[in-house]
Amino acid sequence: MHDMSAHAVHHGAPTSFIRKHIFSLDHKVIGKQYYALALVAVIVGMVLSWLMRLHLGFANFAIPGLHLLSKNGAPGDIMTPEYYLQLMTMHGTIMVFFVLTTAPFAAFGNFFLPIQTGAEDMPFPHFNMMSFWVTFTGFVILMASFFVSDGPTLGGWTQYAPLSAVGAVSGPGQGTGVVLWAFSIAFFCVGQLFGSLNFITTTLDMRCKGMSLMRLPLSAWAWFITSIMGLTAFAVLMPAVILLILDHIAGTSFFVASNLVINDSLLPHSGGSTLLWQHLFWFFGHPEVYIAIIPGMGIVSHILITNMRRPMLSHRVLIYSMGALAVLSYMVYGHHMFVSGMNPISSLAFSFPTLIITIPSTIVVLIWLGSLYGSKLRINSASLFALGFISMFISGGISGFFLAQPSIDILLHATYFVVGHFHLVMAVAAIFGIFGGTYFWFPKMTGRMMNESLGQLHFWLTFVGAYCIFMPFHYLGIAGNVRRYQAFVDDYLIPLIPVHKFITVAALATGAVQLIFIYNLIYSRFWGAPAPDNPWQGTSLEWSTATPPPHNNFGDKMPVVYHDPYQYSVEGASSDFIMQTSPEPVHSADEEK
Amino acid sequence: MAKILAVTIIVIAIASAVPIVMHIWPLPQDISLHGHLIDEQYTDTMWEAGISFLASQILLAIFIWKYSKPAPNAGIKRFPGGAAALVIAAFVLVGTEVLALGVFGAKAWGQAYFTPPSADALPVQVQAGQFAFYFRYPGPDGNFGPIHPNLISEANANFYGLDTTNDQDSKDDIVTAEMAIPVNREIHLLMHSKDLGHSFYVPELRVHQDFVPGLDLSIHFTATKIGKYEIVCTQLCGLGHYNMKAYLEVKSQADYDAWLKQQAALQ
Amino acid sequence: MATVVHEPPKMDVDRLPSQGSGNGGWRNLVPASGDLRKVKDSSPPPASTGIWVALASITMTFAAFTSALVVRQGGARDWQHMALPPILYFNTLVIIASSFTLEISRRRIAAFMGGLQERAENPLRWLYITLSLGLLFVAGQIFAWHELVSQGLRFATNISYSFFYVLTIAHALHVSGGIGGLVRVIAKFNQRVLKRSTLDATSRYWHFMGALWVYLLVLLWLKL
Repeated sequence: MHDMSAHAVHHGAPTSFIRKHIFSLDHKVIGKQYYALALVAVIVGMVLSWLMRLHLGFANFAIPGLHLLSKNGAPGDIMTPEYYLQLMTMHGTIMVFFVLTTAPFAAFGNFFLPIQTGAEDMPFPHFNMMSFWVTFTGFVILMASFFVSDGPTLGGWTQYAPLSAVGAVSGPGQGTGVVLWAFSIAFFCVGQLFGSLNFITTTLDMRCKGMSLMRLPLSAWAWFITSIMGLTAFAVLMPAVILLILDHIAGTSFFVASNLVINDSLLPHSGGSTLLWQHLFWFFGHPEVYIAIIPGMGIVSHILITNMRRPMLSHRVLIYSMGALAVLSYMVYGHHMFVSGMNPISSLAFSFPTLIITIPSTIVVLIWLGSLYGSKLRINSASLFALGFISMFISGGISGFFLAQPSIDILLHATYFVVGHFHLVMAVAAIFGIFGGTYFWFPKMTGRMMNESLGQLHFWLTFVGAYCIFMPFHYLGIAGNVRRYQAFVDDYLIPLIPVHKFITVAALATGAVQLIFIYNLIYSRFWGAPAPDNPWQGTSLEWSTATPPPHNNFGDKMPVVYHDPYQYSVEGASSDFIMQTSPEPVHSADEEK
Repeated sequence: MAKILAVTIIVIAIASAVPIVMHIWPLPQDISLHGHLIDEQYTDTMWEAGISFLASQILLAIFIWKYSKPAPNAGIKRFPGGAAALVIAAFVLVGTEVLALGVFGAKAWGQAYFTPPSADALPVQVQAGQFAFYFRYPGPDGNFGPIHPNLISEANANFYGLDTTNDQDSKDDIVTAEMAIPVNREIHLLMHSKDLGHSFYVPELRVHQDFVPGLDLSIHFTATKIGKYEIVCTQLCGLGHYNMKAYLEVKSQADYDAWLKQQAALQ
Repeated sequence: MATVVHEPPKMDVDRLPSQGSGNGGWRNLVPASGDLRKVKDSSPPPASTGIWVALASITMTFAAFTSALVVRQGGARDWQHMALPPILYFNTLVIIASSFTLEISRRRIAAFMGGLQERAENPLRWLYITLSLGLLFVAGQIFAWHELVSQGLRFATNISYSFFYVLTIAHALHVSGGIGGLVRVIAKFNQRVLKRSTLDATSRYWHFMGALWVYLLVLLWLKL
């Protein structure tokens, strides 16, 4: 038997402020740093969406003070067409990368994956620290593009070439703005690759005694699966953005075709492939959707089990379904390109795995519903958001039936139907996962409870508000409303403007509601009631250590695990839950055996 | 609290379905020969998706309602059939559903993309550039003259870069800013991008295809209703993207011939 | 000198115990009854798993570059054939030789750490040779780029040159990382804190860089 003190990665508890809170090696601090980054990013992203919605709902609406943000972009406080697109691009980029990837995966994963596996820390703490700071640098670079002369890029978060590759000639922000965007994403990729390296190795090698893979909680499984996806997806996006940068600064022609004429002058590039960018981007881009949502599935399952006082109908089926989603996500990316000029036979070939991916998604939902049946459901802020997640995931997932079919995509491609679909299934659902995770784990992370009444109020207003914003998007799309328009000048779109006004009002209101959450977060952090070690009577390892956990997570005694993760309502047990570290024997074991 | 959530979910689910069922914002009318296949596929999918949506939301609501206030000593109950039943249900129900959608949808797709244009289809070329479409008709000789990118000049209104002095085929080409086509005649649309990625989307025509710079694609369709429709760009192409549109006029053969003659005179 | 040895040395160098620890948690397969006697005592050290994860990621990156090359070349009318600079073949020999010298040095250091060879000879000698070969390889690559540039063949001259520079520079940067790893191994050895897993992981990375170079050379030779 090895000496405990010689275990894995040690670094003693730091003493200086800088090593403790800034350049910390502690996965818990890094997790909180990621959370703070995501919080800043989400506020920026949300304010951008307010500005966009005001502009869309009320054409030429003067937003007081907007000219301070950009003199050229908003003369007289009225947004120019290009500034709308620039804000839209930044909204998408910030939300997809710096919120939906960092918060559920990097933030909660960093904090809780090592604890749930029973490790002292991640195996490569220096890489972990770099992971955050590289990501942070990426965010700073992206923000910097607001302040360069012609502003950030307007190419959309997908940055389709050649618009993104030919330089400033194609529009404001397409010079320096795109290069900054690409560098920001390259940094982000490096950060997530370092993170994924740590997550995978933690799960494989750092588990405590008795913790077999199948004894890992569903949240840990979700992070593990996501990190494998991150490792492959970001490793493909990275070369793609490098080639994009080279098209800009070295004058190469990876993505820019011959004989393109802008402003009556012939571009010097030759022979590049427009579709190459789309293939590389979506090979990353579709898995990225699942990178955003799978941690949410894991977190929500974890929260629900604790609040239903029972394990899921099948632990394994959920794990296999998440794994199937991960594998299939690489085989479906072509559904973004049905009408892009790709061979129509490929479109058909991509449509089948896209339809098939609904099967594991359905299994996940049915297992959730089937587990809800006959449970002892507790209602609190965390479980409300978890239930809300399921509702949103169903609503957003269903519209996938339409978009998976190339023939219907002829109608709906690049319309607000798509915007509604991905906002519900990826953005709102993932955000609900983040909210649920926050209410659930905040006590463990900070040592204080969040205010429950404010939490529930936050849920009700957000739940109804999110539906009011995103459901009407589908109706707009069915009527043929094209996305990425800064104004609706087409004759057939003008009758739809009242719907846009409704959405704008809903978005402003729902956004304002988030102030309740931020207030609750800040207030509870400093003045909340002190949290006990196990406030929700949970079973997994994070609840068996102190609140907040000590520097090496478990103090002097490393945990030993005796059970599957979710021993709730076990017949004949002394209480309605048996912790993983409790040696109490379980007779009726796991339901599925 | 749980009961309020259950009711809220049901209200939201039904409220979401109302505009669809009432056709408050319907699909644009279909004016194409092939569009009905897409519309039927859409309607079928709407039925299946709508039923799945309502059923799962209502089930979620019922379970939340029912199991949130258990008796203090109640044990947990197991879903009849357990996980195995649910997995089988997912495979059988959703599996057949998506397989059917996939197979029938392939028919609609194939109709649009796997059939060659007929020999007597009318060729029309469309060029997309920031932020306008230009259309070209081959004129009496039936041939399009070659494009010389270095001759393209907005200032001289030579949108296609045609060399009408040297290229025989270019001399009778007719370039227009709006598109007119005869009704009930198949159109073979040749797509060319001058600069960046754009898209050709006419909702009523059930036609949607991106322009790929460096790769000239073609599509074909037949319009069946006389009228004036809008062609819009759906591929983000820069600051004027929202305003990149052109009109498509579907005319009777006689009107079309007159229009073409008039345009030829303007060249 | 070097390290504290926990157990008596065994003869198989690959099974020599690691000094220090470097082990992670317990890789185990416990039956549901929770019989802890069946738990394996330790899992492999994280570095030995981590290096495979990192290599998988690097593989993915170069696979993406490769597919970009294949797609871009397919149907391209502007593709110019390029003659590879002859020094690349010499560089290939250098990097292959460095793998052999590294393997020799890895075995010597392992034996030394296991206490088999006490002060017999400087176990770092072959590592220094490897390091020099690595630097020579990078210098050779720089020479190749320089040669091309002096002929006026730059990044944007033709897409085949673009791919040549991208792939070789990306590889050279990764090799430089490996050189950093070797320096780290030397430094740790000198401070007597070198772990077996660090040594093994670094050498796996280095061998992978060699194999990757051979792959790239074949790819460039076939495609450009």
